[in-house]
Amino acid sequence: MTGLSTLPATLYARMYFIRRFEETLLDLFAQGKLVGTTHTYIGQEANAVGIVDHLEPERDVVFSNHRCHGHYLAFTDDAFGLLSEVMGKATGTCGGKGGSQHLCRGNFYSNGVLGSIVPVATGIALAEKKKGTGAVSTVFLGDGTLGEGVTYESLNMASLWQLPVLFVVENNHYAQSTPIELELAGSIAARGSAFGVEVAELDTTDVAEVHETAGWAVARIRETGEPFFLVLHTYRFSPHSKGDDNRDPGEIEKRRERDPLQIAGDRLGPAEREGIEQAAEQRLAETVAAADEAPAAEAA
Amino acid sequence: MSAPSHKRCVQALNEGLHEVFAERDDVYLLGEDVLDPYGGAFKVTQGLSDAFPDRVLTTPISEGGLFGVAAGMSLRGLRPILEIMFGDFIALGLDQVVNGISKFREMYDDQVTVPLVVRTPMGGRRGYGPTHSQSLEKLLLGIPNICVVAASECHDLGGLLANAVDDDRPVFFIENKLMYGRPNRRPEEGHIGELAVRETGTRYPALTFSGTDFTEASATIVTYGGMVPIVLDAVTELILERELFCEVVALSQLLPMELEPVFESVARTGALVTVEEGTLTGGFGAEITARVQEEAWSDLRRPVQRVAARDGIIPSARPLEDAMLPSAGDVVEAVVALEAVRS
Repeated sequence: MTGLSTLPATLYARMYFIRRFEETLLDLFAQGKLVGTTHTYIGQEANAVGIVDHLEPERDVVFSNHRCHGHYLAFTDDAFGLLSEVMGKATGTCGGKGGSQHLCRGNFYSNGVLGSIVPVATGIALAEKKKGTGAVSTVFLGDGTLGEGVTYESLNMASLWQLPVLFVVENNHYAQSTPIELELAGSIAARGSAFGVEVAELDTTDVAEVHETAGWAVARIRETGEPFFLVLHTYRFSPHSKGDDNRDPGEIEKRRERDPLQIAGDRLGPAEREGIEQAAEQRLAETVAAADEAPAAEAA
Repeated sequence: MSAPSHKRCVQALNEGLHEVFAERDDVYLLGEDVLDPYGGAFKVTQGLSDAFPDRVLTTPISEGGLFGVAAGMSLRGLRPILEIMFGDFIALGLDQVVNGISKFREMYDDQVTVPLVVRTPMGGRRGYGPTHSQSLEKLLLGIPNICVVAASECHDLGGLLANAVDDDRPVFFIENKLMYGRPNRRPEEGHIGELAVRETGTRYPALTFSGTDFTEASATIVTYGGMVPIVLDAVTELILERELFCEVVALSQLLPMELEPVFESVARTGALVTVEEGTLTGGFGAEITARVQEEAWSDLRRPVQRVAARDGIIPSARPLEDAMLPSAGDVVEAVVALEAVRS
């Protein structure tokens, strides 16, 4: 992603790469080259890219969930490590032990049980505060995670102890196959404010808007040392996992009219956009080829 | 032989905590009601928050979350000690243990360690009833990649706790409610009371007691934690009233299971009784029985006996609780029953 002169170009390049990476994963699954499972981030790219641009990978910490590829790529840019991990290769981020939803590299972690990650991210913030590093601990939740009680224990402790946690709720309106109307009562934003945590709420797929609000949220955390609750209403275009989608195709089509890639891409000149896309395609092809050739993970 | 000057176990643990805090500035303690002057429900943390106010955190009643918080702290280089007020409440944190704490190191390909200690008291005999009296160690014994330590009143409690804090693995440090108020009886010149004692040189030692100076004996009794003094009472009764001599192996490391002292003792006795305060089925004794028959089949001359709590709740009323939990009499009965079996 180097060599891009403007922020919109940089953000678009990152989003485009995540989109194509995830589409490629689904293709590889269809070809039988991948085993296990995956949960793609297609449609939600503006969130990861808009937020993570404000984080410092050497200092800040990210804890993500089962749908973690977008966050991982935005934070680490380690496409080869991720792809070879999902492919079960020894060169994977975790040597093939974690697979799609259990990643660790540097200051990035993910885990596959909803809710579980939230107190861990809170503990990370407590540690970083005690060590005086100034790090922000960002944790990505979804609307489904709001059904897990430990989320609220974490909000309580983060607020009580004034911990630098950025809680990001990506409300993609579905907990696996269950629409939000059947899984969530009340207000999402009020879940943050009830604990005395500052809240911002956006209903957009425009990365520029996410970027601006997230920048403000991260700045607030750095300034106050206190948690922030960022609610992003979003949508995933792809199935929960691979082929499991019972949603109304018309609903998905309508959502695609607000494709974050389209919005971000339209801000660029055609040549610049094409250059970004070509570079991404080339990098992706090289990554797939390299991961394909990498040695398989083997039991010791 | 017994020295009345021994400090009480709660004091030994408390001094251990103070020493660890003085030695390492990366150690933190979190728990409910741990601040002075209250100093924890069982007073193990007394004086700690006054001495180290920045490193002792009193918490909301959020065990599930606290296990995760401690995990996060340890992932980032600190060494948290989590006090869970009653062992029964570990059930609230088991998701974190099963799906996070025990997995992070291996599933992240050894890029991280999770050096945390969960301290919690188990055990009944205080009339606290079904949800405040259990011994749930067996729930932990099936979780790979954690360490379960359950010291007895005959172990170096402060030293073991310090070893747990220095351990890079997640450690459950199981205490016992009745033990707190009892003297921390350490071996003196290789003896505790009339019994000779050998202690392994491991991080979490096993103690082997013998009334015959490690020559012949009728049976090996393996146990841990709060059952140790009860078993020692049974052993005394067996000597005085039946002229039966048993060896007792008091493990402190329950997981990973390292049973060398048990195998060595069984080689001398040819018989084994397992004793635990938790319920019988799927427990400590079941696992040890399996391992002893795998590793020491040729030494066994009699079937293994298990002594444990009945599979049910621990009632509050004293006679009902007594009927539920294993007693010295149950241990005596098991050894006598073994004697009646001829292989």
